Amino acid sequence: MILAKRISLYTVLVICAIIMMFPIFYAFSISFMDGGEVMGGQLLPSSLSLDNYLEVFQKVPLLTYLLNSFVTSAIVMIGQLLVSSLAAFAFVFMKFKGRDFVFFLFISTMMIPWEATMVPNFMTIQSLGWTNSYLGLTIPFFALAFGTFLLRQHFKTIPQELYEASQVAGISRFRFFWNVILPVSRSSLITLGIYSFLTNWNMYLWPLLVTNTESARTVQIGLKQLQTQEIASDWGIVMAGVVIVILPTLLLLFAGQKKLQKGLTQGAIK
Amino acid sequence: MNDSRDLQPVPPQESRRPKRNLFAFLEGWLYLLPSIILFGVFVFYPMFRTIYLSFFLADQMGPFEFVGLENYQYILSSDSFQSSVKATILFVLYTVPAGILLALFLALLTNEKIKGIGIFRTLFSSTMGMSVAASSVIWMFMYNPSIGVFSRIAEWLGFPAIQWLQDPDYALLAVSLSTVWMNAGFAYLIILGGLQNIDTHLYENAKVAGVSYLYQLRRITLPMLSPTLFFIVTVSFINSFQTFGQIDILTKGGPVESTNVIVYSIYKDAFINNDVGSASAQAVILFFCVLLLTALQFKLGERKVHYQ
Repeated sequence: MILAKRISLYTVLVICAIIMMFPIFYAFSISFMDGGEVMGGQLLPSSLSLDNYLEVFQKVPLLTYLLNSFVTSAIVMIGQLLVSSLAAFAFVFMKFKGRDFVFFLFISTMMIPWEATMVPNFMTIQSLGWTNSYLGLTIPFFALAFGTFLLRQHFKTIPQELYEASQVAGISRFRFFWNVILPVSRSSLITLGIYSFLTNWNMYLWPLLVTNTESARTVQIGLKQLQTQEIASDWGIVMAGVVIVILPTLLLLFAGQKKLQKGLTQGAIK
Repeated sequence: MNDSRDLQPVPPQESRRPKRNLFAFLEGWLYLLPSIILFGVFVFYPMFRTIYLSFFLADQMGPFEFVGLENYQYILSSDSFQSSVKATILFVLYTVPAGILLALFLALLTNEKIKGIGIFRTLFSSTMGMSVAASSVIWMFMYNPSIGVFSRIAEWLGFPAIQWLQDPDYALLAVSLSTVWMNAGFAYLIILGGLQNIDTHLYENAKVAGVSYLYQLRRITLPMLSPTLFFIVTVSFINSFQTFGQIDILTKGGPVESTNVIVYSIYKDAFINNDVGSASAQAVILFFCVLLLTALQFKLGERKVHYQ
């Protein structure tokens, strides 16, 4: 590439990066400011004081919220990996009556917007007594058509001979699934794992419905609470909360961006 | 999504061995059972239940009086629902095309192989790691009429201060702008993935032929990218119909219902006004909109999309 073209490309890239990253940078910057600096409309803090970070843990039980979010995201991640991989395995390696029909059912779940069913789902969780518990926050999300399709896509690349060989060797189907298929599909499982952790950490509407106690809330609802209660007084503290909440997922995304991009495109297109 | 075709049919010779067949049948269903039960309880049952409830007067305890189509008549004639439909359609129009164009632009920029491009790719996909709640709180501050950055810029340029989120003329635009930003990371990641899947030989041939960048874009990149674009358009449409978090945090559906998009309206009727019948009727309408949209896009997409 000629130099002039290269320079102009870098210029455009840098400008775009500044615009796109500005809100995140702004949040970091404000999280270090005291009240006066925020009101003065400064872009950069005068010092990197951690006061806001200490204070946000006093204002709301953020540690509990973080723990709740972490535990529910981890449970959903494991649940989705298990349930989806079992189903994907059946679709790829087994032939039986009714399989195509079930496949159609899986596809049709993708056309039912989750928000259209939230009222009866809420009633179900309530009648099961699962409000304010990890059960209500996790179990409804274990089955995932998208995850099943993504894994199915990868399982299809595993040579059928491997399966036939295992049958000749007399290995049970489940052991074949557990000891052969899952280990060789590690990268797809990691991709789906990252995706499901991200989406569940960031979930908003469902935890808003099924939790109403401080001990059960997740961080996203904690942010809403923080914002409603601190809004007029202290943006610095609110932004410190924001930074704490986005840091884990940003790091996860930075680490897994390549895998995620590959996996999402595969699951989506092919 | 369209690959039900490549499912192999059950081979006929197996049906001659009924016992083994039955075993395979049971075992197959066993692997699918967790998904089937969960989909049954949390997707299909509530969908039918929603349709059922939409014919009743109901609260959070359940239905108490059958009213036929009255809920539908009521919402279709109510001003509130009409403003909600208008807000939803406008919101979709503001966010989907702009979001996809932005993501496409960024993806094309970062599809060049130059030093340090990895950093830009990571930065541009970063909003995918941002939750709706966190992003909304940040944007709320940016829209703050006295200290937010938008007012600063307006002031600096000599424009009058705008109450972005309190002005019915601007609130939906403001929420849309923040949404475009929030969704950019995901769309970007998908489109970049699509670009990288394009066979590089095509570009080498184009280079030999010495065609311009725009010609290459129009004749190679966009046609080869069309399955990806088709996918991201469908997903973006569906996503924007389902928007909730940013509305709840930024505007609560106001001012004067200018941002009362459909999901927020369902939420408000069901959980604040305790009118589950009306909420269910709206949910059914949402369901059919999404269904229609998906079907329509498949029908249109099938013809125009270029598959490798």
